[in-house]
Amino acid sequence: MNKFLTYGLLLSILMVIAPHADHLPLWVSSICVGLLSWRGYLAYSGNPLPKRWLLTLVTIACIAGIVISFRTLFGREVGVTLLMLLAALKLMELRQARDAMVLIYLCCFIIITNFFYSQSIPTALYLFASLMVILTTWVHLQAQNMALKPRLRVAAVLLLQAVPLMLILFVLFPRVQGPLWGLPQDAYSSSGLDDKMSPGSLSRLSLSDAVAFRVTYNDKVPRRDQMYWRGPVLWEYDGRTWTAGRTLYSVTPEFTGLDQAIDYTVTLEPHNKTWLFALDVPDKLSIPATLTQDFQILRKEPVNARIRYAARSNLVYRANPRESERQIRRALQLPRQFNPRAQQLAAEWRAASGDDAAIVNTALQYFNRQNFIYTLEPPLLGLNGIDEFMFTTRQGFCEHYASAFVFLMRAANVPARVVTGYLGGEFNDFGNYYIVRQSDAHAWAEVWLAGRGWVRVDPTGAIAPERVQRGLSAALSDNAILPFMARNPPQWMLNLRMNWDALANQWNQWVLGYDSERQFAFLTRLGMESLTWQKIALNMMLGVGLAIGLFALFMLRHLIARQPDKVQAAWLKLCRKLEKSGLPRAPHEGAQNYAARVAAVRPELEGNLLDLAARYSALRYGGKTNEQQEQEFIRRATKFSAFPRKRESG
Amino acid sequence: MFASFKQKFRDWAFKRTAETGTVTLTQRRIFIIPTRQGFTLCFVLVLMLLGDINYNLSLGYVLTFLLTMMAVMSMLHAFRNLAHLEIRPGRAEPVFCGETAQFMLHFNNRSRLSRFQLCLVQTGASFWSTTPNPLAFDAPARQDTGVALSIPATRRGWLQTGRLTLYTEFPLGLFYAWSYLHFDTRCLVYPRPLDDAPLPLGDAPDGSGKRSVAGDEDFAGLRKYVAGDALPRVDWKAYARERGLQVKQFSTPVGEELWLDFSAAPDRTEEDKLARMTRWVLDAEARGLRYGLRLPDNELPCNYGIAHRDECLRRIALFNLPQDNP
Repeated sequence: MNKFLTYGLLLSILMVIAPHADHLPLWVSSICVGLLSWRGYLAYSGNPLPKRWLLTLVTIACIAGIVISFRTLFGREVGVTLLMLLAALKLMELRQARDAMVLIYLCCFIIITNFFYSQSIPTALYLFASLMVILTTWVHLQAQNMALKPRLRVAAVLLLQAVPLMLILFVLFPRVQGPLWGLPQDAYSSSGLDDKMSPGSLSRLSLSDAVAFRVTYNDKVPRRDQMYWRGPVLWEYDGRTWTAGRTLYSVTPEFTGLDQAIDYTVTLEPHNKTWLFALDVPDKLSIPATLTQDFQILRKEPVNARIRYAARSNLVYRANPRESERQIRRALQLPRQFNPRAQQLAAEWRAASGDDAAIVNTALQYFNRQNFIYTLEPPLLGLNGIDEFMFTTRQGFCEHYASAFVFLMRAANVPARVVTGYLGGEFNDFGNYYIVRQSDAHAWAEVWLAGRGWVRVDPTGAIAPERVQRGLSAALSDNAILPFMARNPPQWMLNLRMNWDALANQWNQWVLGYDSERQFAFLTRLGMESLTWQKIALNMMLGVGLAIGLFALFMLRHLIARQPDKVQAAWLKLCRKLEKSGLPRAPHEGAQNYAARVAAVRPELEGNLLDLAARYSALRYGGKTNEQQEQEFIRRATKFSAFPRKRESG
Repeated sequence: MFASFKQKFRDWAFKRTAETGTVTLTQRRIFIIPTRQGFTLCFVLVLMLLGDINYNLSLGYVLTFLLTMMAVMSMLHAFRNLAHLEIRPGRAEPVFCGETAQFMLHFNNRSRLSRFQLCLVQTGASFWSTTPNPLAFDAPARQDTGVALSIPATRRGWLQTGRLTLYTEFPLGLFYAWSYLHFDTRCLVYPRPLDDAPLPLGDAPDGSGKRSVAGDEDFAGLRKYVAGDALPRVDWKAYARERGLQVKQFSTPVGEELWLDFSAAPDRTEEDKLARMTRWVLDAEARGLRYGLRLPDNELPCNYGIAHRDECLRRIALFNLPQDNP
């Protein structure tokens, strides 16, 4: 096996496994790098490849390592790890061309596995770079004596020709809504809100810059303090953690007095949970989903791919004014054994007033006046967490306030529950949409007031109104630990980031989110009518066939079309000139004989003509051609004159 | 069934008889099929596509479609790698049986496109298994590339290349594009000379064969070395003066003639006799004798010189071979 071919394969493997380094265990990366450098050294030094028993030993060790560190031999991560180790080990027994082919195919496969983790624009660019390296190596495998430059050219030509064809296929290949078979548990990563909340869970989430979803408002944009995106609703409290409890699907909620409708479209990043986000309260949704009794929108399947949906919400509403007894009872449950002081405070409020709304106001005023601090890093809390928070530490993030508030309400016999979701968002000028990030995660409360139904109360607004009106960075005095985007970076950097996000959004919408729905919409816009997938497939084949035909025509045209021999043409022109001057060439006469004969009659032409004839013979019959000499000959033959002007006369 | 299909295909593809002059590889002469690796890639691509659909990987679709289209385009590239090459046969120098005949073929590439990794083999048993050592070469743009195809000479007489397969799997090895070449060039194969066979001196049937003692003394001049000349006759001094290999020629008095007679060879079989006669011709020429050849069906009068030697060898090589051999 050619040494440089081995280097090419090494580079290919290195390129395709490099992106995996950041999510696989360190030992996998080290083993891969170790094997690659070992192979590189063997190729460099020309030493023989390791013995088979040694390789078997290494393989067994690798599999043992996988079992120990992943505790399974199945699943996505394990599959990727196995593929990578397989590629590195295969390299150690690279003997024939067939082994090299297997490696090249393996490389292509490993590229695909990288898309489980990232499908961003940089990943796409990296895909092209890796393909270029792989292709160059591939061509090298076929033509082992070929120099690097022509190989690169062949690879680049192949890649560039494939791009337009790939686009046709990409647009027209009928999309099937996957999955075709059950996916392993770890097929999708989940990030974002959970269906439970304990102190610290939301503040942890607030440290993430990741995009939760993007929103485009169709016409009217709500005020910032109306942008409450409802996520999981939490009913049950065990003294520390709030959980959703049992969700009732069967009962449909009742909304009355709806007003101020807002239409918008959400592009939701996959979070591997079933809920969708909407502004309170939604009454229309473009995709099938259920509206639960506590106004959550749930899908049947977890959201494990980016989805888009249009929705309509009403900012003014009266929700479930006639709530069922059972729900009211659920909204009053409390673990009585914890937090006695808070319960006592609530009892005092209840004794002072019979009106639930007045109690809510009392509580908000209490938060507002008692020097509570809004911070991302509150002190840790003990067993009676709410007592400690209310009376000792008085520092907390939104989950502390929501949790304490709902506890107090329930203790004062006001039905209440915790709602988690996102608040606000960041406007992107360049794409005219709002980005909602994980750092916008928020928790608030809802109380049920007789006659008014469920009313949103945000205790955080009582402590840090800036959070509601202007976002997280405005509300926190010390924002050093905030993620970059939640801080206030310089304007140019913000612009750059917004531009980039707008581009990424387009990419997400059109490339990554190109599903059957998008495909139909796009093709209809292109002018195709009454689409079926058969029709799309037919169009695809026609399109690809046509494009390949065009390529074939273009590629073979210059081979087929006889190029007129410019050298000969120039020579014949020269002969015609001489013929006009009365010295025609006899049909049997060769170039040099003719030139000699003419030179004998016209000695003033001798030097130039003999030289030209000699050059002509060399170019025509010399075998090898030389572009430069051809040009030279053509230039001089065209300039040739049968009557050269004498220097004296000119 | 497959075998019969293959045979039919061959008959169709082979229907052309041997050709003279320059052959241009037009579209109709080039065939193309996927290789085993091409089918493997097809399988890999189907797997990839299933993965893309299942996991909804848009970039996966991009990669799969890119690879698919590159594979398809590589078919055009493989075809183009052969298309419009002009091939003309050169000459093949006679060889002795047991040596390797070198058939010159000239590949004229008039286009501005270099052709890489062209392979030339004698049409073998199967399309799938290529012979282990094909003659691989490149044909650079706008050049005439000469290639010598080696074919072992195993029998005396005319050696032909038979049908040749010119194929290429460039650039990705996924498609096998090929064309058949069948030129009427032939190479003369002389019998393999016996290692040790003394000249039949003095016992020629008509008694005219005499030792040309004087012939070695009358220096007549120098001529260029030709393969087969006896080494002692090379003018080494001239060679040392960098005048090239020259052979001293001696005039041989007329009248001293050696007849090399087929019936005088003491061997049993015809082939052995011919082998002995080949040796005789070489030795007689090397020693500067005037010699004639007498075969059962024809006779060559006494003469000497390379042309005479070659004519003798030619007659020996072609002795008693069927005439329909072109």
